[in-house]
Amino acid sequence: MIEQIVFYLFGGILLLSASMVVVMRNPIHSALFLVLSFFASSAIWLLLQAEFLAIALVLVYVGAVMVLFLFVVMMLDINIATVRAGFARFLPVGITVAVLMVTAMGLVVGADYFMSDTYMAIKSVGSDYSNTKELGITLYTEYLFQFEVAGAILLVAIIAAISLSMNKSKITKSKNPQDQVFVKKQDRLRVVKMQSETKGTES
Amino acid sequence: MLEIIYQFISQNLLLPITTLLLPVDYQPQGLLMLQTVIKILAILIPVLVTVAYFTYAERKVIGFIQGRIGPNRVGFFGFSLWGLGQPIADAVKLIVKEIVIPTGSNRFLFVMAPILSLAPSLAAWAVIPFDDTKVLANINAGLLYVLALTSLAVYGVIIAGWASNSKYAFLGALRSAAQIVAYEIAMGFALAGVLVASGSLNLGDIVNSQSGSIIHWFWIPLFPLFVIYFISGLAETNRAPFDVAEGESEIVAGFHVEYGGMAFSVFFMAEYANMILIAVLSALMFCGGWLSPFQGIPGLEGLFAWVPPMFWLLAKTSFFMFLFLWFRATFPRYRYDQIMRLGWKVFIPITIFWLVVVSALVITDTPPWFN
Repeated sequence: MIEQIVFYLFGGILLLSASMVVVMRNPIHSALFLVLSFFASSAIWLLLQAEFLAIALVLVYVGAVMVLFLFVVMMLDINIATVRAGFARFLPVGITVAVLMVTAMGLVVGADYFMSDTYMAIKSVGSDYSNTKELGITLYTEYLFQFEVAGAILLVAIIAAISLSMNKSKITKSKNPQDQVFVKKQDRLRVVKMQSETKGTES
Repeated sequence: MLEIIYQFISQNLLLPITTLLLPVDYQPQGLLMLQTVIKILAILIPVLVTVAYFTYAERKVIGFIQGRIGPNRVGFFGFSLWGLGQPIADAVKLIVKEIVIPTGSNRFLFVMAPILSLAPSLAAWAVIPFDDTKVLANINAGLLYVLALTSLAVYGVIIAGWASNSKYAFLGALRSAAQIVAYEIAMGFALAGVLVASGSLNLGDIVNSQSGSIIHWFWIPLFPLFVIYFISGLAETNRAPFDVAEGESEIVAGFHVEYGGMAFSVFFMAEYANMILIAVLSALMFCGGWLSPFQGIPGLEGLFAWVPPMFWLLAKTSFFMFLFLWFRATFPRYRYDQIMRLGWKVFIPITIFWLVVVSALVITDTPPWFN
């Protein structure tokens, strides 16, 4: 009973915020609604007793990815008028693609899976059950190979991203910290000897 | 003592309320809800009082370090009492002041930002265990929960910076966002080290796996992670020497430059609540939490057996809270590129290396920690 209320509440928030992401005019508002929809889906995962995935969703997507996303979106000067200009022109194409995708998904997933009686009831587990542990055991035994492959792909992506950003142009003012740490007094300071001056000698 | 008060309230106040107001079927749920509310209040009220007096302690401690007296005028009923009334006077002043909303700002987000920054730092207290039994939510993924919530605090800063419609605030927000994302990774790896060492994500289990004596605490096998965790905590809370997000010499007050009155004070409270949270987490994960430092020492253990376990946790937390103030009074502010270098090029490699070391220690059952 109470689980159903929670599910419909967060399901409603999820659908609403996901559609707001598309509808909102201001890209910052869209990004913030995307954050809200991540939260709502994480709450739904918590209902499925998948606490590791739920918290990891908040940690990775809300805590890191969306922060960088906002970072970029805030610095862009997006002219809303030009973005909106093509809306009517591209609408038929958009609708066609949307309909095609929904049909494709419907054909793949099939109506059998959307009947409520085909759902397995969620196995309720005790409080000593650790979703994290189960997930770890499965990942590192049964799916070890796939897991390692995914890790290698991500590593390649990290190296590629870093090497792209390492564009050493002449404009960058990056300093070598080692040179700064080992700087000596003689490198920076010059003591000039000069005669003391007394009052009235110049004039 | 606390249990007796809680039982008394539960029996004499909550039980009659639920039996009077609710139908029979919903009474257990109603009682549970009210009991949880009481527990939340029992955690949050002391936290907020500590936040208020932490600001006073900061002014006093930094005053003494700099050879000044600090606030010593505002007291109660004509007695100055070393300025103990100062936080209350400050709070009254901030509540009474007007909240100016700048023109061209996004009103809704401008008001939401301080709330978004305070709420996660208070919500994280739900999983903090105060001793073996006293914890609001004893969840298995407590460590992850804390990590997720501390990573949310940056939203308040970013949204405040953007919604203020001010260049200074915006620059502060950008600085803060980049800094927090950088140090969160090091922090996550440090917590992964704790997870490997203790074999659990539950904060209570983490503390219990450190029991034995002071050398069984994780500060010895995880020493680099301990240091990195605390320094990353300084960076995450935007405290000196990493407080470039509000560096007054370059960008006035950074992200909260446009805020005044209570809206500003909520940011202020969030910063101090985050500091207390980092302090209590450092105590729990690396310094044995509520375990007595005299545990395992034949004579002294018995001598201090009467001390409630919560006292030790609070004492350790206070020490870490003092460190925050000490660092602020000691170190000059980092240059921004040096902050980034420290986070990405020093801390993350060290934590990854030490994760391997800890795993080796655990696999080889190295005494006295992992046997």
